[in-house]
Amino acid sequence: MNSADSPLAPTSVPARPPAAFRRLVWGAVGLGLWWFAYGQLGALARWLTYGVAGLSSASRLGSAVEFFIYEVPKVLMLLTLVVFGVGIIRSFFTPERTRRILSGRRESAGSVLAALLGVVTPFCSCSAVPLFIGFVTTGVPLGVTFSFLISAPMVNEVALVLLFGLFGWKVAAIYLGTGLAIVIVAGWVLGRLRLESQIEEWVYATKTGAAGVEEALTWADRIDRGAEAVRDIVGRVWPFVLLGIAVGAGIHGYVPENFMASIMGRGAWWSVPLAVLIGVPMYSNAAGIIPIVQALLGKGAALGTVLAFMMSVIALSLPEAIILRRVLKPRLIWAFFGIVALGIMFVGFLFNALL
Amino acid sequence: MKKLQILGSGCPKCQALAQNTEAAAKALGIPYKLEKVTEVSAIMGFGVLSTPALVVDGMVKSQGRLLTPDQIRPLLG
Repeated sequence: MNSADSPLAPTSVPARPPAAFRRLVWGAVGLGLWWFAYGQLGALARWLTYGVAGLSSASRLGSAVEFFIYEVPKVLMLLTLVVFGVGIIRSFFTPERTRRILSGRRESAGSVLAALLGVVTPFCSCSAVPLFIGFVTTGVPLGVTFSFLISAPMVNEVALVLLFGLFGWKVAAIYLGTGLAIVIVAGWVLGRLRLESQIEEWVYATKTGAAGVEEALTWADRIDRGAEAVRDIVGRVWPFVLLGIAVGAGIHGYVPENFMASIMGRGAWWSVPLAVLIGVPMYSNAAGIIPIVQALLGKGAALGTVLAFMMSVIALSLPEAIILRRVLKPRLIWAFFGIVALGIMFVGFLFNALL
Repeated sequence: MKKLQILGSGCPKCQALAQNTEAAAKALGIPYKLEKVTEVSAIMGFGVLSTPALVVDGMVKSQGRLLTPDQIRPLLG
């Protein structure tokens, strides 16, 4: 707690502007510094690699080192800014509020809403079970609940930042658009299949208590939430960013051009289902996998195949299936994973055919 | 005697919240009894959707957040 925010702070000192105003000024100064430093990263990386370390710009080691020195601070800076912003946005959306919005919705409109709310509602995979029970026992349709559960991991801010930073805004937008489409359609299809009998019986017998009191947050609280999100998320993923970019840098420097073309190229139709098949049981967060995948794209892998691999790694995982097994019978888990995997394959084929 | 309950399935965040809560209670010097609630049906009984959650004397004080000892102290008073 900042003592300056307290109403008991002395008001007789005229020189001190209000705390909110000072925060705003500091925020603007910080953003300006961020922007300036971000613009210098390319020159800094070149200077460190070729000037200070004296590597040749034509050498493999040189291009790998420059890539690493440039991409690591760039991605971490983007991540910090975006996670901070998303942390503030998420302070407006609690799971309780999302449930109230979704309960009693028709499946069609509900799935679209759930997919969008999945992006902005704070959600940790260890809360998946209480969340699932809380949703289905209070009248949120099963398909809508699934849309929400798939959306949160598939379209997360860490994945979007890495895609934007490493691939550019077009690929990030394609990922966001097709990801949401898969989430909406998969939720709708699962709702149509009438699989309510495939939920473990004890789920419906669970008594859900009244929701706790909603906190009234001030802007200072919301900014604190943003900082909390940065500490939590950036603090957790930075080693993966480092590792992923290091492997990516190695691929950039040492793997020959077109090496991936025959395995993950557009000509190999089987590469899309294979990428999904390998990707589903793999469990890595977006931060580790995206830099590696980006490096493969530069070596002749097709975008559709790469997207399919990334989505299946990020959205579907074995630990997730094990957690969900506590509330879902195996048939429903198979249906859930199968439908999402089919959607991802469709996206893969679509982009390989279009681009 | 304050009754402190940590709701959560035992994920790393829940463990950390339990430690921070204990630290806050010790710093305040109040008598307390800490209990970890891991059973899903018991967690649902509190109406909690996101874990970890902190319950003080039966009242849900916070959910879905890993609070620091400084943030927990006012909740115990």
